[in-house]
Amino acid sequence: MTYLKPLFRHPRLPKNKLGYTLKEYEGSISTLCAGCGHDSISATIVQACFELSIEPHLVVKISGIGCSSKTPAYFLGNSHGFNSVHGRMPSVATGANMANKNMVYFGVSGDGDTASIGMGQFVHAIRRNLDMVYIVMNNGCYGLTKGQDSATADQGSASKSGHINPFQPVDLASLAVELGATFVAQSFSGDKQQLVPLIKAAIQHKGLAFINVMSPCVTFNNNPGSTKSYDYVREHMQATGKMDFVPERKTLRAAYPEGTETEVTLHDGSTLNLHKLATDWDPEDRLSAVNAIQQARARDQILTGLLYIHTGYGDLHGILHTTDTALNSLSEAELCPGQAVLDSINASLR
Amino acid sequence: MKPTDTRNPEYYHKVVDCQYACPAHTPVPEYIRKIAAEKYTEAYMINWESNVFPGILGRTCDRPCEPACRRGRVEEEPVAICRLKRVAADQKGDVQSLMPQAPFPANGKKIALIGAGPASLTVARDLAPLGYEMHMFDEQIAGGGMMRSQIPAFRLPEEVLNEEVGYVLNMGIHTQFMTYVESLKQVLEGGYDAVFVGTGAPRGRDLPKLPGRKEGDAHIHIGIEWLASVAFEHVDKIGKKVIVLGGGNTAMDCCRTSRRLGGEEVKVVVRSPFKDMKASPWEKEDAQHEDVSILDNHVPLSFEVEDGLLKGMKFQKVNAHYDENGKRKLIPTGEPDVFIAADEVLIAIGQENSFPWIERDIGLEFDEWEMPVVDKVTFQSTHPKVFFGGDAAFGPENVITAVAHGHQAAVSMHLFCQGKDLHQRPAPFTKLFSTKMGIHEWSYDSPVTIDQRYLVPQAEKSLTLLDRRKEVELGFDPPTGYKEAQRCLNCDVQTDFTADRCIECDACMDICPTSCITFTTNETEEDRLREKLLVPAQNKSQDILVSEPLKTGRVMVKDEDVCLHCGLCAERCPTSAWDMQQFFYSVTKAGNL
Repeated sequence: MTYLKPLFRHPRLPKNKLGYTLKEYEGSISTLCAGCGHDSISATIVQACFELSIEPHLVVKISGIGCSSKTPAYFLGNSHGFNSVHGRMPSVATGANMANKNMVYFGVSGDGDTASIGMGQFVHAIRRNLDMVYIVMNNGCYGLTKGQDSATADQGSASKSGHINPFQPVDLASLAVELGATFVAQSFSGDKQQLVPLIKAAIQHKGLAFINVMSPCVTFNNNPGSTKSYDYVREHMQATGKMDFVPERKTLRAAYPEGTETEVTLHDGSTLNLHKLATDWDPEDRLSAVNAIQQARARDQILTGLLYIHTGYGDLHGILHTTDTALNSLSEAELCPGQAVLDSINASLR
Repeated sequence: MKPTDTRNPEYYHKVVDCQYACPAHTPVPEYIRKIAAEKYTEAYMINWESNVFPGILGRTCDRPCEPACRRGRVEEEPVAICRLKRVAADQKGDVQSLMPQAPFPANGKKIALIGAGPASLTVARDLAPLGYEMHMFDEQIAGGGMMRSQIPAFRLPEEVLNEEVGYVLNMGIHTQFMTYVESLKQVLEGGYDAVFVGTGAPRGRDLPKLPGRKEGDAHIHIGIEWLASVAFEHVDKIGKKVIVLGGGNTAMDCCRTSRRLGGEEVKVVVRSPFKDMKASPWEKEDAQHEDVSILDNHVPLSFEVEDGLLKGMKFQKVNAHYDENGKRKLIPTGEPDVFIAADEVLIAIGQENSFPWIERDIGLEFDEWEMPVVDKVTFQSTHPKVFFGGDAAFGPENVITAVAHGHQAAVSMHLFCQGKDLHQRPAPFTKLFSTKMGIHEWSYDSPVTIDQRYLVPQAEKSLTLLDRRKEVELGFDPPTGYKEAQRCLNCDVQTDFTADRCIECDACMDICPTSCITFTTNETEEDRLREKLLVPAQNKSQDILVSEPLKTGRVMVKDEDVCLHCGLCAERCPTSAWDMQQFFYSVTKAGNL
């Protein structure tokens, strides 16, 4: 019986700038169903953090409730984690982020945790442009309670028992763009080549980076007729373009034979090279992003890749002009400046 | 690349590194699991079927399996396969009743076996149950060949040797010991349907041209001859200062035997650097543990004899230089020659074949090196009735190679006696079956322990040096044997992949602890595909498993190199595209034809 992963690793496993191998970014062995898309997303987060040479102890993982929200146990075992109340991941993330902005924040949520019980929280986290990566592992069903349709299940999608969903889905990506999210992407758990650079870019993005990842539920929603199955998603994926994430401006790029290219510079000077496949789409133009998503939907396609990015808008700390120092590093005198300061504030308000 | 054909038994056989490296292809992981399950008798019989001498080999084998062991590629040390074999032999119950029981109904054919060493004994064991009348000739007092005359009793107790030789001879073999065969022609005239020559490499190399060799002859001995004299009790002492020339395992046996017969200052002097010595590393360690000093990079110049008495030897100091092809040259350092005092010298610089008893006019061809021309597959000589095996066939090797030769020669002889084509070799016997018992449950112990190799306990040096018959190694006790057995990675439990069940969820790739599995687009060149894997497959001696094309057009590629056979890929597979299937491979012996 194996509930433990063997400790041996490949002797020639590559090392990153910190001298770490993937092993230092792994978590404990997954207890999700075999073949769950969520495990692939966990592996992708491990890969992205490894490639960016992020110190694991500078990462915070926060989740709500659900299959998706179990995953922080299965990646980045050397990082901080908080498994919060159902749908309340954004509140806890906001608190943590306000206390210390010098960490990488991963919010992990599912379609139930975000599109149903946590919808209010999701909306306000976007509105405040909290500096975090917000990943929704979207399988269109409530896997933990035996596969009932969730709010993101497509109208007409068949469940494992043959039941046809009569309701309109909540389209999280459209909603995020509409709400003014500054980084919106969509991907598929089975496409690591697309997802790794997306997550890397999301980590570097200052502000809320929302990624809606189709993540098939092998146990309850991988049947013919489901629009969230491995086969359906593979057949209906339409990528906006190929993206390379370039941390420094040194890398030489191979010229693509056709299509157009756009470069987006992120706050820290790293760049995203986008080779666009969708021609009438501009990732920095909100209208064209909404258009592209809606047009794909009309064609029964799932638009994947980076959908929209806006780098000119400050995150919550920028908006609120908070201190650069983490609260735990401030002295008592700084946190509690005394009666004289209070008096002067009070006086200024009279 | 084309999909790998895993239905070809040789593919999975190669994955079982230890078994593949074993000349007799002993199903190693299978018997190691039996040891862990305390089924020592079964473990012994699996060995006996393959290698005939589990107790002997469990003490003295050259262990080609251990350098091949996959465990040695994921951590420091391989599994102690050889010493586990000994656990099976030490702890077994009654095995005699499980072996073929003589007398066997006669088939009317007669076979002569010349030499009673491991090769001949193997032929005898394989053919006797088929009803052949077997006649075995040997000049020694009992069966065993070099296992009796050259392997010292402190490494191989006589009881162990007698027991396992006895199992074979008890099958109704007609033995004529203390009989030196002087003419093959005579044997052939004796009405035998086939003759097997397993006379080993009986001649120890000498240094006839070295100055002082003749004058000092009384105190200079050929290593293997001297070891035989000790074994047969013609020699029971040696001078206090002994030089042993040579760097192989015979040299190690000579120096350690010397220590037991009165040698106090025993020095092994060897031309090559220490690391290039032919002796097995553990033999060198054991010798050094018994206060033998090993002087490397010393080329012998002369025996120094005064008034008919050997005083010692002179050596030139050299350094080894290697050219770009790795070829070694020993270049004198220019330092003054070294004199080493000695009362006696043992020369253990190699062995040669010698066939003075085979007439050159009976249709049996010899090559330019005076070696018989022998078919590498059938072991038949140019005289159709005469077969060779062991050291006699292609020069000095080891016991396990002799056993492997014996099996193949026996197959050939059986085919020959039936008038069949010798080149139609029997296919191996194989089995492949699932080990799945539940979602997280397999019929083998899939978890991978991190225990490091356990040391075999040894008897106190103060005791073993007093008695040349006192066995040095004590063997693992059953609890340690269990722990060592659990280090085995069960490489015979194969990761069997069925492409049309795969839904490409990546679960196996994500979980694999040693990053063996990659889903990628195919390449026409194997090298390019190897480069594209998660961790490039640089160990070319290990195969890559390429699947049939998957739904997306990609293929699954698995690098066999450092797979732990932990079964996680199969546990995380939602569709059982991966399954852990136990593979059993056994070389077909004459008895199964």
